[in-house]
Amino acid sequence: MSEQPLLKVHELSKFYGARIGCRDVSFDLWPGEVLAIVGESGSGKTTLLNCLSTRLTADVGSVEYLMRDGQYRNLATMPEAERRFLMRTDWGFVHQNPADGLRMTVSAGANVGERLMAVGERHYGRIRETAGDWLGRVEIGLDRMDDQPRAFSGGMRQRLQIARNLVTSPRLVFMDEPTGGLDVSVQARLLDLIRGLVQDLGLAVIVVTHDLAVARLLSHRMMVMKNGLVIEQGLTDRVLDDPREPYTQLLVSSILQV
Amino acid sequence: MATPLVVSEVAKSFTMHLRGGTLLPVIQDVNFSVKAGECVVLGGPSGAGKSSILKMLFGNYGVDCGQILVKHEDRVIDLASADPRTVIDVRRKTIGYVSQFLRVVPRVSAVDIVAEPLAARGTPIEAARARAEELLSALNLPRELWSLPPATFSGGEQQRVNIARGFITDHPILLLDEPTASLDAKNREVVIAMIEEKKQAGVALLGIFHDEDVRERVADRIIDVSGFSARKAA
Repeated sequence: MSEQPLLKVHELSKFYGARIGCRDVSFDLWPGEVLAIVGESGSGKTTLLNCLSTRLTADVGSVEYLMRDGQYRNLATMPEAERRFLMRTDWGFVHQNPADGLRMTVSAGANVGERLMAVGERHYGRIRETAGDWLGRVEIGLDRMDDQPRAFSGGMRQRLQIARNLVTSPRLVFMDEPTGGLDVSVQARLLDLIRGLVQDLGLAVIVVTHDLAVARLLSHRMMVMKNGLVIEQGLTDRVLDDPREPYTQLLVSSILQV
Repeated sequence: MATPLVVSEVAKSFTMHLRGGTLLPVIQDVNFSVKAGECVVLGGPSGAGKSSILKMLFGNYGVDCGQILVKHEDRVIDLASADPRTVIDVRRKTIGYVSQFLRVVPRVSAVDIVAEPLAARGTPIEAARARAEELLSALNLPRELWSLPPATFSGGEQQRVNIARGFITDHPILLLDEPTASLDAKNREVVIAMIEEKKQAGVALLGIFHDEDVRERVADRIIDVSGFSARKAA
């Protein structure tokens, strides 16, 4: 418990003109911790995720990241090249639509291998071996290694996107509705896979989802957003079993029982 | 510290915002402690707040006021005010919980569900699985079920998976929410023996048992929760 937070977020705000994207968000994320951001469409959760991952520039506030050398760096003032390198190596970003995170016209193996080359691996045989290994971990057969993701089903594409992100051993992965749009059996398999990998690799994850069951299964801690504000946060099962805020109570009571 | 769990002046109520902000008091002025090697049973009628107390001790429910002091490694933690990260660490190392119902995870086998808490504490997965199999075997869960996800198991079978999961670690505090409710006589005996073993090992146990026979045999002390009731007698 003596370790330091991986990410320190301080009073982060983003405005779209007069409208609030997200406002005054502060939290620490610890190594190995899975944080879920939940809320309905338009609540600001994706805006927050994009500000944290530097895909959007926040208007106010700061995000500091603990670099591998043990120093905190303010992401907003980091040079572009260095930030891009960070995103390609120490971070992952899993998009809801795999087509946004994959290159659809190169092979599955190359999709995974490309990230390895970004960290300096040049040996073709080793790249191919590691890529094959990762395809196996996400349950994609080696016989599909040379196929393009265009020829994959939605669930397979999503698993490929995860392999592409994890091959460089990132310490922090952002996920935007990773199971959205998949049918339930595919979703269950993917969740199980993500859960296992997060545990085995000790990943820190920030996952945006509107699905409270996904949040329950994956996350340690959650933040509930409404109108750009974090209205409730805490241990995931505390928030779900004993919700305090009217809006959280509404969300929890709206879950359909099967 | 011989008393690993001390609860003092704890109160809990629910505010039902969807019901016009109705305040639903549950319990107040809860005071008790559990010693190492002791099994304390929460008694009282349904709705008196027994499960709520266990959920507060495990961190599923927040508390309005009061302290829940737990000996966690070489420190004393107040769970009522601890941050999520501390609560997670306390659950990993100090407080175990056998809930009334198993929360099944799609695709995860019974043996892995049982082994998980041990693996999470750093035991190699093969050793954790071996221990899980011993427990499932002791609880008479048919071997052919071990590698299956428990979603399709009967109530009693799920309950035994849940018990094995709760008992696999050597957490110094163990909370038991009706662990014998859906078990037959033979397996009830197994659980009673397992509780006895935990007591011998110096674990502090706090449980809810509706079965009087089981309660008689495991309880060192019974706390009547209706004494903490926050609902005024009409």
